[in-house]
Amino acid sequence: MSGGITNILLVGVGGQGILLASEILSETFMLAGFDVKKSEIHGMSQRGGSVVSHVRYGKEVFSPIVPEGQGDILFGFELMETSRYLSLLKPGGTVVANDLRIASPSILMGKESYPEGLVEGIREQFPDFLLVDGHKLASEAGNARAANTVLLGAVSKRLDIDEKFWLEALQKMVPPKALEINRKAFLMGRSL
Amino acid sequence: MKEILSGNEAIARGAYEAGCRVACAYPGTPSTEILENTINYKEINSSWAPNEKVALEVAIGASFGGGRALCTMKHVGVNVAADPLFTLSYTGVNGGLVLVTADDPEMHSSQNEQDNRNYAKFAKVPMLEPSDSEECLQFTRLAFELSEQYDTPVMLRTTTRISHSKSVVELAEPVTGLPQPQLVRNAAKLVMLPGNARVRHPLVEERMSKLAEAGASMAINRLELRDTSIGIITSGACYQYVREVFPEASTLKLGMVHPLPQTLIRDFASRVERLFVVEELDPFIEDQVKAMGLAITGKEILPICGELTPERIQKAFAAAGIQGAIVASSSTAEPAKLPPRPPNMCPGCPHRGVFYTLNQLKAYVTGDIGCYTLGFMPPLSAMDTCVCMGASVGMATGVTKVVSSEEQKKVVAVIGDSTFLHTGINGLMDMVYNQSPATLIILDNRITAMTGRQDNPASGFTLMDDPTHRVDLPLLCKAVGVQHIRLIDPFDLEQTRKVIQEEMNRPEPSVIITDKPCVLIKREGVFEKGIVLEVDEEGCVGCRACLKIGCPAIEWRPGEGQRGKAYIEPLLCTGCDVCRQLCKFNAIGRSK
Ligand code: SF4
Ligand code: SF4
Repeated sequence: MSGGITNILLVGVGGQGILLASEILSETFMLAGFDVKKSEIHGMSQRGGSVVSHVRYGKEVFSPIVPEGQGDILFGFELMETSRYLSLLKPGGTVVANDLRIASPSILMGKESYPEGLVEGIREQFPDFLLVDGHKLASEAGNARAANTVLLGAVSKRLDIDEKFWLEALQKMVPPKALEINRKAFLMGRSL
Repeated sequence: MKEILSGNEAIARGAYEAGCRVACAYPGTPSTEILENTINYKEINSSWAPNEKVALEVAIGASFGGGRALCTMKHVGVNVAADPLFTLSYTGVNGGLVLVTADDPEMHSSQNEQDNRNYAKFAKVPMLEPSDSEECLQFTRLAFELSEQYDTPVMLRTTTRISHSKSVVELAEPVTGLPQPQLVRNAAKLVMLPGNARVRHPLVEERMSKLAEAGASMAINRLELRDTSIGIITSGACYQYVREVFPEASTLKLGMVHPLPQTLIRDFASRVERLFVVEELDPFIEDQVKAMGLAITGKEILPICGELTPERIQKAFAAAGIQGAIVASSSTAEPAKLPPRPPNMCPGCPHRGVFYTLNQLKAYVTGDIGCYTLGFMPPLSAMDTCVCMGASVGMATGVTKVVSSEEQKKVVAVIGDSTFLHTGINGLMDMVYNQSPATLIILDNRITAMTGRQDNPASGFTLMDDPTHRVDLPLLCKAVGVQHIRLIDPFDLEQTRKVIQEEMNRPEPSVIITDKPCVLIKREGVFEKGIVLEVDEEGCVGCRACLKIGCPAIEWRPGEGQRGKAYIEPLLCTGCDVCRQLCKFNAIGRSK
C-alpha cells in the first residue's frame, strides 16, 4: 500500500518525548514540500504505558496510520518496545533504536524479568538495524537528555531529505536555549 | 499559510476564523486539546465547566446573547449534556452554536464506544464529520454558518484518529462583520413551555428535511467517480482508509452524516454496479440506505466493534471475496512474547497510599473515572467497579442496600475532586439523604489529572491560568449534610489506615478527603527538591514489602543478595516517603 509513501513508526514508553520527535519529523517533511500525516493515541498511554506514533509522507497521503507490515523505518526509543512493534515493519525494513532498557510493572515487581537477547532478535529479523548509544553520545554533545535528537539524526541519514530542512525544523520546534546542543546531537546522529 | 495541525488544533483554529466568542468544555480524551488551543486566541472566552451539561448551557447562553459559541466534549460527555441538547434542538440558536462530540472507537481511553451519530438523529440536529485536519478547520467554519442559516445547533463529530492525527492545514483570516452580541427577548422561541414547544417541533422537522435536500448540493458531500464496479459510501477517517485500500473505486464521501442527502445517495447508487458502506461502529448510514430500498453491503462483512483500519477493511473485503483492494504484503516479523507495559500511577502520586490501604483493609471499592482508576491494576488491585463519571458514590449506596450489615462495612467509594464536582456531588446528596453506611473518599489532588492536568473549580485556577475562588470541599460536604468529614495526608500510611478503618466501621455516611496535590502540578512544590530515597543494601532482606505499592521507581533485582534486593531508581523517585513506611527492617532511608 506504499505507493510513493514513506512510513515511519516511533515507539517507546510514555513520557520519553516521542511526540516531540514525531512533530520534528513531520515539520521537516512539510518544509521539504511533502504531504504529511501523523497519528498517535494519548490518554491512557501516558504515564509510562507503551506508545506508538505513526508518521507518513509522500505526494499525497490518505490514511494517517501505517498499515501493519508496511513500515519503512522503526524508530525505537526503548528496546522492549522496539521488539514489540517489529511486525509493523515491512520485510527488509530499517530499525534505528536507542540502547536503553526501561522495566515495565511486572518486571519491577519481580514477576518477570527484562527479556534477554532482544538486540540479537531484532538483528536476525531486520539486518538493517542500527543500535545507538543515545545517552552516551548525547552526553558528549552536552546533555544526556538530547538522546532523542541523536537518534533523530541517525534516522535522518536514512531518508532522502535535504539537511537544511531538518535543521530548520529543529530551530522551529526546540526551545532557543537548548538549540545548540540539539543541533550538535542531531549532527552526531547523522554521522552514524 | 500552511501548518501541520491536529484535528483538535484545527477545530480551535476554525472556531477562531469563524468569529467564535465563547468556548466551553469539560476535558475528556480525545477532545481536551480543543479548548487548550482556543486559549491561544484572545477573541475567544475559553473556560472549563464542572461537567458537559453546564458547558453546553454556557454555550447556549452565549448563543442566545448573539455570540457564536463552541462546546466540546468526548462521546460519553454528550450523555451528560443530552438534556439541554434535545431542547436546544427546538429553540434553535441566535449566534451559531457548534457542539463537538469526540468519539473513541476502539476505546483507546474510554469505558464504552458509543456511536454519537445516533445522537444527531435522536436529537434532530445536523452533524458534520471531517476526515482530516484541513476538514476539521473548514467544517468548523461551515458548521457555524449552517447553524445560523438553519437556526439549529450543529454537531461536529470527530473520532480519536481525527482528533489526534496531524496533517497539513491552510490557515485563513477570521471572518468580519458579524453582528454585535446583545440581549434579545423572544420568549416564543426561547421559553420551551409545552405551548411554545409544540409550535417549535414542526419547525424542527421542516428544518431537517430542508437540510437533507440542501445536502445534495453541499460541496462537503462529494461524489468521486472512478471505476464504477465498486461504489463505497463513507465518511470521516474511514474515507482515508478507503482511498488507501481502494484507490480505483468510486466513492461518495459524506461530509454531512445527518441528515443524509438521499437524492445524492440514489444518484450514486444508480451509477455503480455494487454499493458498499464503510463506516465505524454502528450501521448508521447503512440502515438508512436500506430503508430507502437500496441494496447495500456493510456490516455483513465489516466489524461493528472497534476502530477500522486500512488492513481491517482490506481483510474484510478479501474474506467476502470482493476484488479491487490493494493487498498489503504481510510482515515477516515474529510476534514477540514480551511483558506488557500498561500505564501506571506516577512515582509520588498521592493516590498510591490510599489504594494500598484499601487493598490491605480488603475494602469493596466502587471506583470512578480518573487517574485513580489505575488503582485497579496490580499490585494495588483495589477497585471493584467502574462505570461512568460520578457513579462511584451512588453505586456504593446501592451495594449497601442489598448486602449484610457486616459486608456493608467494607464498602468504600472513591472519586477525584474533578469527578466529584462533575456529577459525584449528586450521589453524595443521595447518600446522606438516604443514610447509606458507605464511606466516600474524595481523592483531592486539586486537578483533573487523567486528561493531562486541567484546572477545575476545586483547583483555584481557571483555564486561562488566572487565580480564582477554590471550592471548599469539606464545607461543601457539610452543606450537603455529611456529619463526619475527615482530612488525611495520603502519604502518611498509618494515619490513612486508621482513619479509613474508623470510617468504614461507622454505620453512617462519612467522607474522607485526601489533601495532597498531583505530583505533576507544576505550580505546587509537593516534595522537598533533591530528596530521594535509597535502599540500604545491607539492611534489605528481600522481603518485597516495598514492592506492594507498585511505585515505578522501585525495582526488584533478583540477582542481588540471598533472596534478591529492592533498588530505587534515583531519577524517578520523588521522595514521597511512602515506601519507607512499608519496610519493617528500616532498610529504606533518605539520601540527598
Ligand atoms: S498524574 Fe497525578 S494523579 Fe495521575 S497518576 Fe500521576 S501523580 Fe497521580
Ligand atoms: S521510591 Fe518510595 S519515596 Fe520514591 S517515589 Fe517511590 S514510593 Fe515515593
